[in-house]
This record gives sequence, structure tokens and C-alpha cells, in this order.
Amino acid sequence: MSEPYRLDARGLHYRELNRRVREAVARGETRFELRNVNGQRYLADGLTGSLEFDIYGVPGNDLGAFMSGPTIRVHGNAQDAVANTMDAGRIIVHGHAGDVLGYGMRGGELFVRGDVGYRVGIHMKAFRDRLPVIVVGGVAGDFLAEYMAGGLIVVLGLEPRSRPELVGDWCATGMHGGEVFLRGEVDPRRVAGQFALAAPAGPEDMERLRPHLEAFAQAFSLDPEGLTEARFTRIAPLSHRPYGAKYAA
Amino acid sequence: MSSRFDRGARNISGCGLSGMMSLRGERVSGTAIRESIAILHDRSNGLGGGFAAYGIYPERAEQFALHIMYYSPQAQELTEEALEAGFDVVHDERLPTRPSRHIADPPALMRYFVSPRRARLAEAGLTAEDYVLERVMHINAGIEGAFVFSSGKNMGAFKAVGYAEDVADFFRLDEYRANIWIAHGRFPTNTPGWWAGAHPFTLLDWAVVHNGEISSYGINRRYLEMFGYRCTMRTDTEVIAYLLDLLIRRHELPVELACDILAAPFWKHIEELPEPRRTLYRALRRTYGSALVNGPFAIIFGRQGEMVGLNDRIKLRPLVAARKDDWLYLSSEEAGIRAMCPDPDLVWAPPAGHPVIGRVGSDRVVGEPGGALAPAGAGPACTGAQEETP
Amino acid sequence: MTTTSTGGDGERARPAATAPRAVRAPLYRPPEFRWEHDPERCARCKRCLQQCGFRAISWQDGPVADPALCVGCHRCEAFCPQQAITIRPNPQYLRPHSLWSEAHRRNLWLQAETGGVLLTGMGNDLPYPILWDHLLLDACQVTNPSIDPLREPMELRTHLGAAPDRLEVAWEGGRPELRTEMPPVLELETPIVFAAMSYGSISLHAQKALAMAAEECGILWNTGEGGLHADLRPYAHRAFVQCASGRFGVTPEYLQAGAAIEIKIGQGAKPGIGGHLPGEKVSQQVSETRMIPAGSDALSPAPQHDIYSIEDLRQLIYALKEATAYQKPVSVKIAAVHNVAAIASGIVRAGADIIYLDGFRGGTGAAPTVIRDHLGIPIEIAVAVVDQQLREEGIRQRASIIAAGGIRSSADAAKAIALGADAVAIGTGALLALGCTLCQKCYTGRCSWGIATQDPALTRRLDPYLGSLRLANLIRAWSAELEEILGAMGLNAIESLRGSRERLRGLGLDRATLDILGVKPAGVGA
Repeated sequence: MSEPYRLDARGLHYRELNRRVREAVARGETRFELRNVNGQRYLADGLTGSLEFDIYGVPGNDLGAFMSGPTIRVHGNAQDAVANTMDAGRIIVHGHAGDVLGYGMRGGELFVRGDVGYRVGIHMKAFRDRLPVIVVGGVAGDFLAEYMAGGLIVVLGLEPRSRPELVGDWCATGMHGGEVFLRGEVDPRRVAGQFALAAPAGPEDMERLRPHLEAFAQAFSLDPEGLTEARFTRIAPLSHRPYGAKYAA
Repeated sequence: MSSRFDRGARNISGCGLSGMMSLRGERVSGTAIRESIAILHDRSNGLGGGFAAYGIYPERAEQFALHIMYYSPQAQELTEEALEAGFDVVHDERLPTRPSRHIADPPALMRYFVSPRRARLAEAGLTAEDYVLERVMHINAGIEGAFVFSSGKNMGAFKAVGYAEDVADFFRLDEYRANIWIAHGRFPTNTPGWWAGAHPFTLLDWAVVHNGEISSYGINRRYLEMFGYRCTMRTDTEVIAYLLDLLIRRHELPVELACDILAAPFWKHIEELPEPRRTLYRALRRTYGSALVNGPFAIIFGRQGEMVGLNDRIKLRPLVAARKDDWLYLSSEEAGIRAMCPDPDLVWAPPAGHPVIGRVGSDRVVGEPGGALAPAGAGPACTGAQEETP
Repeated sequence: MTTTSTGGDGERARPAATAPRAVRAPLYRPPEFRWEHDPERCARCKRCLQQCGFRAISWQDGPVADPALCVGCHRCEAFCPQQAITIRPNPQYLRPHSLWSEAHRRNLWLQAETGGVLLTGMGNDLPYPILWDHLLLDACQVTNPSIDPLREPMELRTHLGAAPDRLEVAWEGGRPELRTEMPPVLELETPIVFAAMSYGSISLHAQKALAMAAEECGILWNTGEGGLHADLRPYAHRAFVQCASGRFGVTPEYLQAGAAIEIKIGQGAKPGIGGHLPGEKVSQQVSETRMIPAGSDALSPAPQHDIYSIEDLRQLIYALKEATAYQKPVSVKIAAVHNVAAIASGIVRAGADIIYLDGFRGGTGAAPTVIRDHLGIPIEIAVAVVDQQLREEGIRQRASIIAAGGIRSSADAAKAIALGADAVAIGTGALLALGCTLCQKCYTGRCSWGIATQDPALTRRLDPYLGSLRLANLIRAWSAELEEILGAMGLNAIESLRGSRERLRGLGLDRATLDILGVKPAGVGA
């Protein structure tokens, strides 16, 4: 395995940092180590192929936006808009991440070890084998899975939990596709009842869920059994057409 | 000034914010806060930057420190006459600045350390604070080309057209020592020339910096006008400063409740509250509905000995908080915090409508995780959660 | 805290096909149209029966129409070889009322019946003032000659994108060399582009016609928010690829394929709310292109969820620029609203290369009627205030302005350009060229003309090639008229008209409006 291409991001503006990365990609580099990152935005945006990034520090907003293929490991917290409209690839955050993650995500995986913020997984979409997946080790804020059209979101609430509840309010509002799994129970008042139904996950559901739990466990060196043997609640849409009655025919 | 100022056109602005506070009251220079707001450079467009600093005038702590900008010599003359008439002007001088090619065409910048004349107070029947407030409103609305941009005791605001880090250099903030620093970089949509439109907005010792847009501005403003506040800065943020003054200083509500008025909990959550809090919150919304600040916002506001960060009720703007030892940090982005403090003990994102409150002399920060916290998004800030189950 | 189903008493709720609805309470609503048939002329060819997309015609030894289902699309009338059919508005037997117009009454009855939000298609049809009809263009005479458009060169070529403030030119031994790096730009042969109409809102055939005509005429089309169907990939290099709040079809490949990327913030027909594609129009193919369940309503979120403040817009603009290595101009499309000038300024400062302004008359495939008819401001005013604001701030050259929303003719286009637009976009005009009769039923998915539908039985009626010929004819005709107009005005290059308000005069406009438009009243000379 060749040496990764190393970049010290200290004091670099994002435009310069990303330009150097793009040039290195054009030269054939495939593995990258970015150190002393603090707030630089748009890292790996629009990149395709089997590239790998290890980021040390706090990457700025829109990490991996419009990305299709690469793997990114963040050794620290991430900010907002990670995996924005991501098409394929994998992003692993060894910390917390912010708001509006995975907006319009259409493939690939986002694994966050800690908590995530508001509006995570808005309008995720899937088609046949293109399945976007978000797995959260901690808890999530309001508006999780808003207007979800497809894909999979899992919230694990691993101890020590920062808050008792796994999700905030207005969870699954506008949901019309996809599914959300919570490790444990949810107060039904937090789930948008006119769109989605929360019920205990059944054996077939767990079969579908297992490989994602195992992948998450592996990414963070956790014991998968603690995850796969737990009891999950599954939130699924009531209808693929929740607004059907809203407009006068 | 051009005719644009007369059109009453309102600026919209997006921005970046940062704040740092010593819970022990330790005073430090403006270097760290400058580094923080510099990291947030891309959140602004160089047309406004500003800072508020508390504890900077300890030798004159009993006097009101007025920072005033003048766009014409007549403005300065008229203002100084008005000041002489109402106040003992104990000391006045130009605000120290360092010439900078990034900060163009500064207006005249003065500071005055004043105390209201007793006779005037007696005549007007006002407290010193209300008198200062009234005089500031009078100057800002009534004297063309003069703007009081800071009017508190032992604190000051510093703002200009330019990137915030350049504003910090221009005002020599590295030479001041403050126990609370608040910073703002702005992205406005009107042309330069309007220094008074930069943040922070201040009134007495309130200072507010704001990221977002107030879609309820029309009614917030008309509500405040009923109480004698006049909106002259042509930027929606000033209503927040006046609302804080009204609710906290004049109506004597606790900060937590004031936050629950600005970022009012949803009826859905109020109905879930146990008594007597349900009755209280219904009354708050009925009484103070016109003070609900609608639209996306993250604000940091300060007054002597206190710094508060607050999001709108559905958290449409980012805000991150952090602690290290007895320092409290706030910023629009975690990167902004790490520029001030590379290795915090704790980093968290305050939930919607839940204030983060740091008070000098109190080691515990309101809204800090690990303490008693309300469940995410499920209700008002004043949970008193130790005694109750959510 | 327990996990319960949504049934309040613990009973597991059954998933329903649709969510619980308001209770339908029918009341009599008079039909909007009368379908008149002359049996003497009728040849009983059954063509009307085949052609009606709305299933209004049945056969009982001759065509019989249910007037309640007739939407006045005129397809049957157009295709009757005997001209035996006439569609008329149903005479107003309702007692006339100046306040309660027939439209108000009909709308209210429909809402009482259904409890629903009224939907409509195309653009605002209410009698608000049309400022184009109060603006007149100048002509040259005596003191400054007009130019013969039939024989002299007339230049309509237009560039869209950022332009530098100035150029750095080096002189190397008497030979000049451009030093300034020019930002990416779009080149049009004429200052007209096709407006965004998504695959979903219109048929693939209609989009193909637009794409082919854009290629033929050297202009641009716009994917709209429905993504790029594979069949249209060859035409992507002449397209704005849209990144809207639903993010349909947005992949790195899509972004690279387009000529420019357009961030859709809003549109004139529905300021403040998102795209609306009713489930009836989400066919299998649309489902695949958009990656949403077939038959689901595609109701795009009103805001883009990563744009809640102006600095967020800059963030998305630069995320897209970084993702495409700064090779493509980025356009931002907004609805014309009250604060449009300040918003436009913010957008330009946020890094947009093009601003697309959509006035309140802009069309749509589906929108709530109340939103379409009562929100927004006219494009005439929006162009004027945005152009003026940007000039006052010294940033006008950083972005081009496209004006849209009810551009009906080359005259409207010329006036828009004189007010300050770099180009105009046409949506309704383009669909009319394809055969649309403006019946405003696009949201039903039953378009008899094969334009605003996904039903293969209907879409096959629209031949993309013939459609593209009609569109190209329209563009050619308007371009020729623009040349006539320029010649009459003594100009031979479109950039000499652009922003030249001096060549417009207002007729019957009040002082405030004239000031806002920056136009003098007719009668005032130079």
C-alpha cells in the first residue's frame, strides 16, 4: 500500500486546499491524509472513484457534498451538511456531526459515532439497489427523516447518552418512503403520526438491518452483538401519498 | 449620506457569530475572539464586522460609556450640545484606532464617559438607565448623521464596514481587556457607508449579534414602538436588543423566560407541560405574542456579567457551545470555537429555543449537558427539570 | 415511554392507501364549458372520443360529452375533420355580482365539497395591470437614422455569466495578450432561453422538443427540478441543470454534463413554496429518474434545507463550484417578491453568475391557486429594481439577469431588455408553440396535447421533432422581430438596448411606478 498524500491544512483557504487535492487526484493519488483541518469547507465535493481520505481536525460545512464513491474518515467532530446530496461512498465520523446531514442523499453510507443535529436525512431517496444509509451512534435532533422518500436511518443512542430520548420532535414528518430504526422505544408524540407509524421491529426487519449494524460496529470497533441483539422500533410511512387528500380534486 | 438611507430599506443579512466568556471574570485581550471570527470569514462578505467587550473600562465603571460615530461636523456639534445639556461629561476622547487600508472612510469616532445630571433625572422622573435610553433614541432618530453605537457602563461596542478581523485590528482590540467578548461578521446587501448597520446592536449594556432574518420584524417593531423604542438602524436585529431591554430590564423577567418569549415553545409542547407551568406559558404567549421573534436566528447577547446564546424555535441557524475550565465559548461553527480553544472539555449544540447562559461567578452554565436538560426539542427552556420528569 | 401505534386506544392502525381525508360533501357546481356538436356535420369518425384526454366524451350512436368533465382544452375541436364541435364558456346564468365573480363562487363550492386546497396550472390569469402594455419603445427619425434590419447586420448574440470589472492586457512587442482569466460563460445566439419545466411536469417528448430546438437555435433549455432523463443526455451541454430543493437527479455526472447549474430557490407562480408534482404524474419512469416511489406526490420542500440564510446560499454556490472545479456558471432562480432587489444583491454577493428572476405571472405545472394568484410582484418591476440596485452597488457586471414570467412576444422581450435584463426566458410561450391552449389543467396529468402528462397514450401525440420545429420557428420569428425593433431604434447590437431605459416611455403609469421603473412618461423628450 503506497503512502498517502499528506497535506497540512493549517492556514490554508478551502479553495487552495481543494485545488491541491484535485490536482493530486488528477496525478493519480488515491489516498489522502489532511491534518490540522479547521473549518475548511467543501472537502471532497463532487469527487468520484475509490479515493480515501483521513481528516484530522474539524472539517467545515458540506463535507462530501455531491460526492460519488470515495471514503472519508473524520477523526474528530464534523459540522453541518455532511453527505449533502451524496450519491455513493462512505463517510465515517469519529465524533458528533451537525445539522442537515445527508440532505437529498441517494446512495452510500454516513456513520456518526456521536450525536447528530437537526434535519438529518431530509428527502433521502432510493431506487432498487441504490440505498442511502445513515447510522447514528448517539441521538438525533428534531425533523429526523423529514420528507423521506427512501433509504435507511438508524439511531442507536449508545451509552453514555447525552439525552434520554433518541430523537427530537416532528420525526418522519412528510415521510413517504424508506424506514427509520431506533434502538429502543420512542414517545409516539415525537413521531409525526399522520405520516408514519412506529412499531416494534420484526425478525424480517432485523434481518435487513443486521448488515448495517455490523458495518457500523466494524467502523468503530464496537461489539456488534450489543447492537444486533437489541430491541428496535421501526418507523415506516403510512402511505406513499400522504398529501393525497390535501388538494381539491 | 445618500438617499438610500431615507428609503427605509431594510438590510437582510447572513452572518457568523462568536463569543467567549470567563466565568471567573478574568479579562483577556481581543486576540482570541479575532482569530475565531477570522475563521468564519466565508460567512460574511466584508461589509460589516463588530465586537462587544465587557469590563473594559474598570476605572470609569460608574459612568455610561457612549461610543458615537459622526458623519458630519454639525452632527458632532449638535450631539455634544445635547450631551452637555443632559449629562456631566466626565471625559471624552477619540476612540483609539489604527489606520487600515481595509477600513475605508471612517466617520469621526468618539467616546464619552457621562453621568446623567441629577436635575434632568428629577425633571424627567426617570431612572438613570431610562434617561440614557431616551437620550440615545433622541440622538439616533433626531440628529442626522450621529449614531450612538454603544451606551453601557464598563463595556463598549466596536463596529465598522469591513471584515471583522480587520475591524478588530482597526479598533486595536488587542489592547483592551474584557471578560466577555462577542463578535460578528456580516453579509449585508446594502452598500458600504453604513457603519451603524453593523452588529452588535446595543442599548445600555445590552449587546446583540444576530445571524438570520426576522420575518416578524413588522410586528415586533410596532410592538416596541408602543413602549417608546424607535427603530433607527434599518436592520432587523435592533428589535432583539430592544425586546431584551423591555422584557428583562423593564418587565423584570428572568433571562430564561425572556428567551421563551423570543423563541416561544409550540402550543403542542405547552399543552404537554404540567401545571403551574402550563398556565404560565399560555399567559406568556398570549401577552407577548408580538415579541415572538419568527424566522431563522442564532443570537449571542450579553450584558454585564452574562453571555447568552439562543437559537430560534426550530433551529434554522447553527450555534455551537463549548466549555474549557471556567471559559464558555459560542460560535456559528465548531471551527470558530477551536480557533479560540483548540482543546475544549465539552462541545455541544444547544437545542432549539434553549438558551446557553454563562454568568460571572457561577461555574455551572445554564443549558450545559450533564446538568438537568430538557429533552431535545420538547419544550421551553425553563423546565426546572430537577424537580420534574419530562 | 411506550411504543404505541398511532391508534389512540392501543389498537394497531391499518396502513391506509392514502391518509384519512376530509369528508366529501358534494354540491351542484355548474359546468365551466358547453360542448356543442353539430350532428349534421358529424362524420362519426370517433376521433373526438379518442382525442379527449379528460374522458369527457362517450359514444352513444354519436359523441356525447359530459360537460362537467370538459376542461376547454379544445383538442376534440381541433381534431374534428368536419369542424362539427364548438367549445364555449358556459353562459353566465348565475346572477352577476361585482364582488362575488363566477370564479370566486365556483372555487368556494369546490372547496365546500372537498375541503381541499385548490390547485391550478400555468400562470396567474387575474386582471392585474400588465406593465408591458404601458411601455412603448422609441424609434429613430430624422435626427438619428434607423437601420435597415432586412439588409444590415443585427447582432443578437448574448453572453450570460460574470464579467470582470476590467481587463488586464499585456503588450508584448506591440502584440496585445489577454492576461485576465475569464470566468466561465454561456453563449446564446439570441437573448431568449427556455424556462425550466421538469420532466414530470411535462412529458419526455416535450422536453426533447425543447432540447432539440435549443440545440438548433443556439440557445439553452433547462432541465427543471426533475433530473435529466437518459434520452436527453446528448443535449445536456445546452442545458441549465437544476439543483432544486428536492435534489432530484443530482449526481456529479449530472452537474458535469450541463452547461450551467441552476439553484432553484423559488419560482414566480408559487413564491415561498416548492415544486409540486401530483402523484398522478409520477409514472414509473419519473419515479426512476427522481428516485421516489411511483404514484407519490413530489412536493419539493419550500426552502432548500441547506439554505436558511444568505451565507448558506453562498455555501451551496461554492459547494457546486468546487464540485465542478469552477468550470460552470452558477445561476440562482428566485421568484420576484417585495424585497427582490436586496435579495438579488445578496445573491450576487454570494457568488452567483446569473440571476433568474421569475415574475408573478410565471407558469407552473401545479400550484395552489391562492398562491399563484396572490403572491409575488411583476417581472417588469423586478427587473427594473434589481438592475438599478446592482448598478448602485457597482456589482451589475458580476451577474447576468434573466427575466421570466409572462413574456408573450418579442416586444415584451425587447422591453425587458431595455429595463435591464440580459435575456428573457419563456415557458408558457414555449408550451403554446407545442400546441397548448392554456386550459390550466396541467396538474391532472391528463393533458390532451401530450405536453403536461406522463400517460403514454397521450404523450405519443407529441412528436418531439415536429415540436422542436415549432419551437425553433418561434425563436426564429421573435429573433427576426427583435432585429426589426433594433433597426427601428437605430441600433445594431442588442447590448446597446440592454438597460437603456431612455428608449422606453410610460403611458398611463403613475409617478411612483415610473420612478421605480426608471422610465420617463411619453411626451418627455431626451
